[in-house]
Amino acid sequence: MVYGILGLINFAHGEIVMIGALAALAAMKPLAASGLPGPLVALIALAVAVLVCMALGFAIERVAYRPLRNAPRLAPLITAIGVSIVLQQLAMLIWGRNYHSVPALLPADSYEVFGAQINALQVIIMAVAALTMTGLLLLVHRTRLGRAMRATAENPAIAGLMGVDVNRIIALTFVIGSALAALAGVLVSANYGIAHYHMGFILGLKAFTAAVLGGIGNLGGAMLGGVLLGLIEALGAGYIGDFTGGVLGSNYQDVFAFFVLIVVLIFRPSGLMGEKVAERA
Amino acid sequence: MPLLDVRDLAVHYGGIKAVKGISFAVEEGEMVCLIGANGAGKTTTLKAIARMIAAHGEIRLRDERLDRLPAHALIGRGLALVPEGRGVFARLSVAENLAMGAYHRDDGDIAADLARIHDLLPRMFERREQVAGTLSWGEQQMLALGRALMGRPKLLLLDEPSMGLAPLMVQKVFEVIRAVAAQGVTILLVEQNAKLALEVCSRGYVMESGSITIADTAANLLADTRVRAAYLGG
Ligand SMILES: Nc1ncnc2c1ncn2[C@@H]1O[C@H](COP(=O)(O)OP(=O)(O)OP(=O)(O)O)[C@@H](O)[C@H]1O
Ligand SMILES: [Mg+2]
Repeated sequence: MVYGILGLINFAHGEIVMIGALAALAAMKPLAASGLPGPLVALIALAVAVLVCMALGFAIERVAYRPLRNAPRLAPLITAIGVSIVLQQLAMLIWGRNYHSVPALLPADSYEVFGAQINALQVIIMAVAALTMTGLLLLVHRTRLGRAMRATAENPAIAGLMGVDVNRIIALTFVIGSALAALAGVLVSANYGIAHYHMGFILGLKAFTAAVLGGIGNLGGAMLGGVLLGLIEALGAGYIGDFTGGVLGSNYQDVFAFFVLIVVLIFRPSGLMGEKVAERA
Repeated sequence: MPLLDVRDLAVHYGGIKAVKGISFAVEEGEMVCLIGANGAGKTTTLKAIARMIAAHGEIRLRDERLDRLPAHALIGRGLALVPEGRGVFARLSVAENLAMGAYHRDDGDIAADLARIHDLLPRMFERREQVAGTLSWGEQQMLALGRALMGRPKLLLLDEPSMGLAPLMVQKVFEVIRAVAAQGVTILLVEQNAKLALEVCSRGYVMESGSITIADTAANLLADTRVRAAYLGG
């Protein structure tokens, strides 16, 4: 989404997801000790993570990206990498290098659906994902704010002539994107039961791959890309042992993201749903 | 007091002085043109007035200093610019482009204005769901005009509305511009097609390499030997 508006690949996005996960965890510990019911603790922790990440997203845009708005494209790209390193180191200083386990706050009973085992948390994850995706699509395509975002993405100078406060729209885009990153961080860490300062890298890479696969700058495409990448990973991880005669196991799951990224970049750089991007004059 | 009052406007790109301290004014209800050769600084002048680029000098709309406002505040003051060339949002639909024109408004008359635009530009109504990038060049120019009008401007800056259009389409675009002027909108028109511009405007300024060299009524400019030699083909 941020790419769509700014033409900037926010490599730091994965780190914001990571901060979201760790911030939620930090909030969870004292709350869980207070004896509040689990789902309530989870909600409060989520709210904390979302607020922290929104503030973080706002600050990053102000400090790191806004000064480079009119610089050549490479400059903000390098800055994004820098921001992501800073965030990682910061998280390491605050939370240390070790892996934190995420307490299970929801009942772990699993149900059988179409032959697959699925628990309450996974149902919630899917529901939340579906809801936020729908919400985001509606926001971007059906509201006045979303229209202004798309107009700004296409031509900020002309959007400004229409009365759009471009700085505000871009800041808002960062804040919304960061709130969603926080949500993702909480869900991912809850799902795997683990969070650590280094988790952002691989998540960022996968998000980038999903976006490229779907067609970068295209919201619906990114969503499709995400689902496809998930399927490719799951199937690939399931069968990789058979293909390689047991040499590679399902722990090579993450390889598929890189593989897909390379294949897409070689054969269809504009992605599945992407139009050919004409270089702006 | 003129509606638009520009004093000592100067713009430079790095070391290049594109506009060298020009002064001019447009009265309310007037239609005035700025003509000149390629690279004379016409587009730069309009962009400076619309605060799209940094400039020196004073720009007043009535008694308010525009040069102290951010670009996005201008449309609310009644100033709209139809930029040179492709100014529509190509990936937004025609209807969304028109809605962007009214972005700053929250009055109840937007629907009524949209209906007026659709009367003025019937093609835009037929194509309202279409993505603007798929319109013909001429239709895009019409859409850009319609979008600017949705902002209810008092002062409309037009940068080469005839550029790249077939003669028939040029006529249509200028009919619309005349209709807009007839509704009382003040217009500052930049054109390379000097004959066309001077025929629709009451006054004109001639710009040469960053300076205004002649200022006169359109009739006098059409008869001026220098203007005829340089811009009207003899
Ligand atoms: N972004 C820019 N950077 C550097 N120089 C520029 C830039 N934009 C315009 N110029 C220069 O400023 C001068 C005036 O350009 P401008 O576009 O204002 O001319 P114009 O009168 O609108 O010409 P045309 O009739 O061709 O549209 C030209 O010499 C041009 O090369
Ligand atoms: Mg020009």
